[in-house]
Amino acid sequence: MSTTALELSGITKRFGSFTANSDISLSIRKGSIHAIAGENGAGKSTLSNIIYGLVQPDAGTLYVDGNPCRFSSPRKAIEAGIGMVHQHFMLSGTLSVMENILLGDERQGLLWPCRRSKARQDITGIAERHGMQLDPDAMIENLSVGEEQRVEILKLLYRNAQLLLLDEPTAVLAPAETRKLFSSLRSLRDEGRTIILITHKLDEVLDLADNVSIMRKGEITATLPCSETSKQELARLMVGRNVVLQAENPPHTPGAPLLEIDELSLQAGNGRPRLEKLSMTIRKGEIYGLAGVEGNGQSELLQLLWGMLPDNARTTGSARLDGKELTGLRPVDIAALGVSCVPEDRHRHAAIGQFSIEDNMLLGRHREKTFVRGSGFDSRSREQLSRDITTHYDLRTGNGTNQAFESLSGGNQQKIIAGRELSRPALRLLLLGQPTRGVDIGAIELIHKKILEARQAGVAILLISTELEEIITLSTRIGCIYKGKIRHEFSPEEVQEGRTTPGTFSESIGMHIT
Amino acid sequence: MQKPLPRIVTPAAAITGGLLLSALLIMAAGRNPLAMYAKMVSMTFGSTYGTGQVIFRTTTLVLAGLAVAIPFRAKLFNIGGEGQILAGAFTAAVTAAFLPSWTPAPAAIAIAALAGAAAGSAMGLSAGLLKVRYGVNEVISTIMLNFIIQGFTSYMLTNHLALPSTAHTPDIIDATIIPALWQHSPANYSVLLAGGTTLAGYFLLFRTRFGFEMRACGLNAEAAAHAGIDTGMHTLYAMAAGGAAAGLVAANLVLGYRHCFEAGLTAGIGFTGIAVALLAKAHPLWILPSALLFGFMEYGGLSVNAYVPKEIFMMMQAVIIIMVLVMQKK
Repeated sequence: MSTTALELSGITKRFGSFTANSDISLSIRKGSIHAIAGENGAGKSTLSNIIYGLVQPDAGTLYVDGNPCRFSSPRKAIEAGIGMVHQHFMLSGTLSVMENILLGDERQGLLWPCRRSKARQDITGIAERHGMQLDPDAMIENLSVGEEQRVEILKLLYRNAQLLLLDEPTAVLAPAETRKLFSSLRSLRDEGRTIILITHKLDEVLDLADNVSIMRKGEITATLPCSETSKQELARLMVGRNVVLQAENPPHTPGAPLLEIDELSLQAGNGRPRLEKLSMTIRKGEIYGLAGVEGNGQSELLQLLWGMLPDNARTTGSARLDGKELTGLRPVDIAALGVSCVPEDRHRHAAIGQFSIEDNMLLGRHREKTFVRGSGFDSRSREQLSRDITTHYDLRTGNGTNQAFESLSGGNQQKIIAGRELSRPALRLLLLGQPTRGVDIGAIELIHKKILEARQAGVAILLISTELEEIITLSTRIGCIYKGKIRHEFSPEEVQEGRTTPGTFSESIGMHIT
Repeated sequence: MQKPLPRIVTPAAAITGGLLLSALLIMAAGRNPLAMYAKMVSMTFGSTYGTGQVIFRTTTLVLAGLAVAIPFRAKLFNIGGEGQILAGAFTAAVTAAFLPSWTPAPAAIAIAALAGAAAGSAMGLSAGLLKVRYGVNEVISTIMLNFIIQGFTSYMLTNHLALPSTAHTPDIIDATIIPALWQHSPANYSVLLAGGTTLAGYFLLFRTRFGFEMRACGLNAEAAAHAGIDTGMHTLYAMAAGGAAAGLVAANLVLGYRHCFEAGLTAGIGFTGIAVALLAKAHPLWILPSALLFGFMEYGGLSVNAYVPKEIFMMMQAVIIIMVLVMQKK
């Protein structure tokens, strides 16, 4: 028996003239959690796709348990005991948990009935052993994101995968669910399975992994045991310079109240209450951080303030911007009042993938007089806008702003969205939904700097984030949302003080949001 | 991350594939394919009459293609070209027949053509309204509207409008006739109208803020809505514009060629329009060569019908479309 679960030797992959992976050699010890960390676009996804057989390398060899392997498809990888949990789950919503797990591995002839009771036993057995309790008969569409992820992992365990690849597993999870996931992963490791964790969250790397490899520009720059390194060192290896993980946030005095939300309630179409008499006030020149576990009404609050509520939702109460009622207005009217919104879901709501970068910079701002000329657009002011965003947000687009938006890395995409929304003229209120979700450290740093600049310029900012670190770093005040209402609010003084001891402060925030 | 192929490659390969496949069929029919293709060319572009026929058919197909392509950009599949063309032709013919005979020619033509466009547009708009207001899929509603308008026009023709013992309406007044390009040619000056409509369609989609919004709705309706774009309105606009283009076919068929409405005048055109738009990947400017190709195959196939069945070329058209769709997917 070899003690190496997976070894890569000289793996190289090029896409056209772009080298995504260059001469990667790596060996992963059996029964360990190995993190691969790197900025967006560093080549992590390509590497994991190669391991999983989705992409064939141009050069190099893969050894599984010491035997050279070449996977022409994921099916071959699964047969060799390698399984992958993608960032976007691949489950069928109208089937039950068990049916999804069995799908493709029924262990019966095509026309024979499945042995459900045996399968149910097997699945519950695996699930309980690793603390992943699930009702095997629940429908996928009724599950939370965290539960869906458990189904994905169970799917692999049912196929007896010995090596599990997880691509950004915590991107969609709330802190409590993340903790649960981590304890399941530790239990899997203790059972002798090997886990490869693809991530750019360094705290999670240090918390969970045994070893970590850092990728930068398609190469592995270092592989270290986690016990012998620090967040600062990893961050430096990742971006190649010393990053300020804590943005400068000097004390400041907010101005008059701008957004006043008073006893706002919201019922979804199915009658479920999403907001319950929520009240809050945001002042000019302050960042109001809304901390909370996903699904406690943050998304609905954002939709409501941006005029995007579904038709069948019912609201009572009021949300006034400088005295003007916002509920019932359309996004176009709200934007005209000097409001900008960075939606939570970048791909679905913030941009159009096939449009060019330049078109996306204009999207939602295309009615502004500066850009209008005749029935079309003024090319000079358009170019000006795209130059401004490119320079101020340090965009690295390779070949100009005419390429498709979707060809950019997540960090660059989010910089474009932030640049577009933050540069709206006469901006008074900024609504931010997960402004740095799924982006690399360099981009986070820059976006945080820009948000603080906007606050300095007197903009009132609502920051919705599940990243407590982000909330603590940026906020003037922090509201803890739980089941549709603000359960607790931390005053500016408390937040200022909390920033000096982020660890204990996030614990006390955690008390109010769970 | 691979570089996309130049946009001409897919259709060119599809057309080559179509030519090869129909060559096999022609051989199976016992003829020399090269000789048949040569004959098709000489019977069309080789003669003034043949050229006129190709231009005439191309004019129709350009407009029928636009009827599909414009809604397609807003992610709407307008299967109702057939009914919209029928409504346009019927309305234009009736309007042009009952206009007072003293109407000056340019005004008469404009009124009749606009009546046709308005009728087609109203058909498209109905499907749009059904979708926006009641969530009815436009594919289903346009097919149903095809049946409705077919029943209506056929009833009106047989019971009220047809001249005794014929199957056509009275002739349109002279002032509404669009002159032929040259003598004995079915091609007429409405080819300019088709060209102008294509340019207008291109300008609208790619050079205006309106088109920017409409394409945004087509590519990602949710993001468009977040950007403050009224996606419902654009559904209505796109269907209305597509229907109007379909209705304009009446200018070529009725005002320029047949000078009355008769049963079966427009049959099948709307469906060929879908093929034209797909081959052009719903780009207005590419509609022109695409329609020309289909116009050529339609009349070319007819002209060699004495030697090989013209149905071979219908099959060839379908093969080309399927190959385009296959190659787009990859």
